[in-house]
Amino acid sequence: MERLLHVSSSPHVRDTVTTNNIMYDVLIAMIPAAAFGVYQFGLNSLLVIILTMAACVLSEYIYEKAMKRPITIADGSALVTGMILALNMPPEIPVWIPMLGGVFAIIVVKQLYGGLGQNFMNPALAARCFLLLSFSGLMNNFTASGIGFDSVSGATPLAMIRSGESVDLAALVIGRIPGTIGEVSVIALLIGAVYMLVKKVISPRIPLIYIGTVAVFLFLFGGFDPYYVLCEVCSGGLIFGAFFMATDYVTSPITPKGQVVFGILLGLLTGIFRLWGASPEGVSYAIILSNLCVPMIERVTLPKAFGKEGKKA
Amino acid sequence: MGLATFKGGIHPYEGKELSENKPIQELLPKGDLVFPMSQHIGAPAKPLVQKGDSVLAGQKIGEAGGFISANVICSVSGKVKAVEPRLMVNGQMVMSVVVENDGLYETIPHFGEERDYRALSKEEIRNIIKEAGIVGLGGAGFPTHVKLTPKDENKIDYILVNGAECEPYLTSDYRLMLEEPEKIVGGLKVILSLFDNAKGVIGIENNKPEGIKKLQELVKDEPRIEVRELLTKYPQGGERSLIYAITGRKVNSSMLPADAGCIVDNVDTVVSIYNAVCLQKPLIRKIITVTGDAIANPQNFKVRLGTNYQELIEAAGGFKTEPEKVISGGPMMGQALFSLDLPVSKTSSALTCFTKDMVAAQAPTACIRCGRCVAACPSHLIPPMMMKAALKNDCEAFEKVNGMECMECGSCTYVCPARRPLTQAFKDLRRQVAANRRKKA
Repeated sequence: MERLLHVSSSPHVRDTVTTNNIMYDVLIAMIPAAAFGVYQFGLNSLLVIILTMAACVLSEYIYEKAMKRPITIADGSALVTGMILALNMPPEIPVWIPMLGGVFAIIVVKQLYGGLGQNFMNPALAARCFLLLSFSGLMNNFTASGIGFDSVSGATPLAMIRSGESVDLAALVIGRIPGTIGEVSVIALLIGAVYMLVKKVISPRIPLIYIGTVAVFLFLFGGFDPYYVLCEVCSGGLIFGAFFMATDYVTSPITPKGQVVFGILLGLLTGIFRLWGASPEGVSYAIILSNLCVPMIERVTLPKAFGKEGKKA
Repeated sequence: MGLATFKGGIHPYEGKELSENKPIQELLPKGDLVFPMSQHIGAPAKPLVQKGDSVLAGQKIGEAGGFISANVICSVSGKVKAVEPRLMVNGQMVMSVVVENDGLYETIPHFGEERDYRALSKEEIRNIIKEAGIVGLGGAGFPTHVKLTPKDENKIDYILVNGAECEPYLTSDYRLMLEEPEKIVGGLKVILSLFDNAKGVIGIENNKPEGIKKLQELVKDEPRIEVRELLTKYPQGGERSLIYAITGRKVNSSMLPADAGCIVDNVDTVVSIYNAVCLQKPLIRKIITVTGDAIANPQNFKVRLGTNYQELIEAAGGFKTEPEKVISGGPMMGQALFSLDLPVSKTSSALTCFTKDMVAAQAPTACIRCGRCVAACPSHLIPPMMMKAALKNDCEAFEKVNGMECMECGSCTYVCPARRPLTQAFKDLRRQVAANRRKKA
């Protein structure tokens, strides 16, 4: 043999799915919601999306360059973080706020803990909560002059439900409501969710249990009103959070049973925050608080190995 | 009810179309034959011949070196050229008998003469199997006579013939089902005669409908034998997966199949039992698939044990493109070779030759905890947790997350989108834990 053969440990063949594929699939899945947001709220939304993603990628690049680590911006994970963060912004937000959030998400939440796969909170959501606490006025202003949501009628459906006003379910499903750029249209979000489910990027376990738990909780403690439950489920970013943020691989349990526990925990926290919390929204806080419980959930839900069921491990 | 199967597993590209329609060709060796004294699990055999001795095909040239050990049989007639250490597939140098083939294929007396197994006692049958040097030909190489001598033979109620052939690209078992099905049934009947309470089940994946049909026809009048169709999924032919799929019983790493009342033998092993008991032919041949996208003319060969791998490659037309990897076995669990100057051994099953397109090395990236490995694991393990322990070389943590239940099937590594070398790390740590246990014992 003129040339040496390549030797390595088995298995020798690999599936075609790579981390990059997965990240780009998640990005593709968010396009319908992003497109609807831009269509409804106007050009500032587009600017927010592009610049937030740019801020995330750039801060990852600069950090890794400065730390002399391999540059990993091509894996698409920073783009996903940027997109999720941008879609969580009110449409008329000054662009520097989400850009600041992007830097916070990548540097503080992701890279300082070791980069991709090591962060214990969803970077985009942690950044959103950071911005909510720092700039609550701007972050809670859902004025959208383009389609006539002024500062008075710019109350989100959740705020309206809470103050006893009625909301139009059809408008909720289509998305003709004030809210953040990406959370408003249930239809657009579900198109993306179906795409991810079909591509097997996510499993339906966490989102369905999460949404189901919220629905049951609000039905039991919110006055046994199915219409109210439906309005709650379709608003306040629950669909967005359940399919795109709670399913984040890094910050959700990897054990099958743990995912069930995680979904229920998310549902309970969201229900509590929505009914009795200071703000009518609860999805973001529920998710990052549940993120913190993941290591404990995993520890107690370690599956029994095949053939060891019914015995002491 | 769906087809019999297990939870987890993967669906890799099968690649069987390359060789599944190629009838088995007999390939006679040209060069010297090499018979390593350790082609099985257990103690190495002791050489019975010396340099200069004349040997016959079918002659015992290595004596089992203990209870868990196996004889080594010469596959040709000729002269012993040397008794010296030679390289094996696993990279070890093993004491081997090198035989110069005289091309006459003279056999020992009675070789190939028919014999009625019903006239033999159980003791005699077990002894014939032992003398014939038969071991598990599916790849593990566990001495078959030991397997067929469980503590309590009345507790064995299933004899499973493993015809799953779930490893991609391999077609040797399939060809045996088509070409020598009566030997599979015949061998199974011999085994069943050892176990009065047992029923025989031949498990075959449903990607081999022809094989299933052939065997079903043959066993329709056999009250104790049944053919079971299995879902095509890797690793369906893993011993634990197969037992679960057919019987619903679960076997873990600290158990033997016999503890669950089962004995599992590969198709080729069963045929070899038939050959030894009913035709007086000890184990001197092996069915080998030579395949892969680098091979000019993929084939199934019946070769004499000890034949050089290089001769197999040549017989299959050589390489049509430059191979990146040559694997002894299939792509999921096979051993990549750095040299082709190796003998066909009892545990050889295939030579799979891949070009760079198929097996290019890919750099691992960070684990994103996507959970694909968890879904794929047939042992219901959490590979990222095992990997964490493995990276720290922490045997204790590795055992805590059930690392020793890993069967090294490679499913987790196959699906990993970050291309992490999971199976490799687990193999390492499993060896370490096993060595530590032996030290303590």
